[in-house]
Amino acid sequence: MDYGLQVIGRRGVNFVTKLGGLSLMLGKFLVSLKEIPRSLGLIFEQLYVLGVKSLPLIVIISIFVGAVSAWQAAYQFKFIGAPLRYLGQAVGKAVVIELAPVLSAIVFAGRVGAGVTAELGTMRVTEQIDALESMGINPIRYLVMPRVLACLFMVPFLVVFANFVAIMGALVVSMVGVDVSSETFLNGFRNSFKMGDFINGLIKAGVFGLIIGLVGCYEGFNTYGGAQGVGKATTTSVVISSVLILIFNFIFAIILFRI
Amino acid sequence: MSTPLVQIERLYKSFNSLQVLNDVDITIERGESIVVIGQSGCGKTVLIKHVIKLLEPDEGRVLFDGQDLVELDTKEITAVRRRIGMLFQSAALFDSLTVAENVGLGLKESHRYDNARISEIVLEKLDMVGLTEAAQKSPAELSGGMRKRVGLARAIAYDPEMLLYDEPTTGLDPITADMINNLIVDLNRQLNVTSIAVTHDMKSAFRIANRIVMLYDGKVEFDGTPDEIRSSDNPVVKQFITGSAAGPIHVR
Repeated sequence: MDYGLQVIGRRGVNFVTKLGGLSLMLGKFLVSLKEIPRSLGLIFEQLYVLGVKSLPLIVIISIFVGAVSAWQAAYQFKFIGAPLRYLGQAVGKAVVIELAPVLSAIVFAGRVGAGVTAELGTMRVTEQIDALESMGINPIRYLVMPRVLACLFMVPFLVVFANFVAIMGALVVSMVGVDVSSETFLNGFRNSFKMGDFINGLIKAGVFGLIIGLVGCYEGFNTYGGAQGVGKATTTSVVISSVLILIFNFIFAIILFRI
Repeated sequence: MSTPLVQIERLYKSFNSLQVLNDVDITIERGESIVVIGQSGCGKTVLIKHVIKLLEPDEGRVLFDGQDLVELDTKEITAVRRRIGMLFQSAALFDSLTVAENVGLGLKESHRYDNARISEIVLEKLDMVGLTEAAQKSPAELSGGMRKRVGLARAIAYDPEMLLYDEPTTGLDPITADMINNLIVDLNRQLNVTSIAVTHDMKSAFRIANRIVMLYDGKVEFDGTPDEIRSSDNPVVKQFITGSAAGPIHVR
């Protein structure tokens, strides 16, 4: 009993500490934004390394996300006897509102969030972050700000591509596998498409990017204990980012998509 | 009398339940070359990290040139840090940058110099450590001794008033270690800096120091000249400088 309470207590303290640490990191990030002009080189480098280089992966997963959603929707439609002309509508909504932003963000957390934590974590345990500070360079400006900004802007950028590619994937499956013509599919998609949904999807994606960047940097900065510590921090980073993405996704559903 | 360059007053520092520094007082005058010795894990590195505010005291104060480091804002601490150079135990070179970029990074990020001037300074500092030919190499291509020398070049890039050396010879073969010792002595003389080195390598300590401080159980066990430490009757000091397993020091 005592042991159980101790474990719950310790976990609770860790959770609150982490929440406080993340808020502090967010505060420091916001303060460092005033130094954007002299960090442009670093920011563009991260936009490319973290964002543009993630594009092929996002394109590949989006093709299959679109494809499987068309297939599964058709399967459900048949089961309930719904007409297949609504396929484009159903798939389009699902992709733009949920699938593209959430799945792109989760994959981005796995690729970029993990990478950022591993890189900064290694820099922490090999004293490179201390070395930066000792040279009078603010590591928040030099390391955190460019990475968080890159995540904040590049997740929505990638989601734009993800939307397009997923719809194309769904279209191909509809035409080839389900026997729905491209006109029928695209008409359905057009009829249900709302610019507001698309923009809301991008807003969500931006917040998910912010979460991935902040959690990635926070876990990296607080790494200790050598190679094992870096591994642990990397895992924690991906787990926390993914969970927060799903929790915030639900909150967004309630706020942005009113029933 | 001028203010001492560094005053460490009643310094306490613990990590979780481990009390690492327990009431440490050390005053360092300008021009001194101090070596802090002690067992591995006795808090030597923790001590010098306080001097550059990489760590903050639980209790007590660390003053640099009369200024309490805890009370300084970001701008002021940056100004202090630019007066201090630090060589890290593992050299802590940035592995994504070349040797020249490592040495010039602090200068570049200060936005005070143009690229041509930075290149000049970088070559001058690399020349002082005898590594001009490695300027375009990546840190991964360097040996342990070379990495330390690049770390030294980076530490002196700003022409600091004070240099901190964290275990400068650890992990090096005796010949390379001796070369690093000579380099430290030469640099201290040439640049006229105050220095604090932490080490458990007694050969290195005697070579570099004009004053030796020994930490034991989180406190200052000895503070005196190399000659005084050699003739000390303190059993703890004696055991440490002779490197004997038998004696009052408990091995952790």
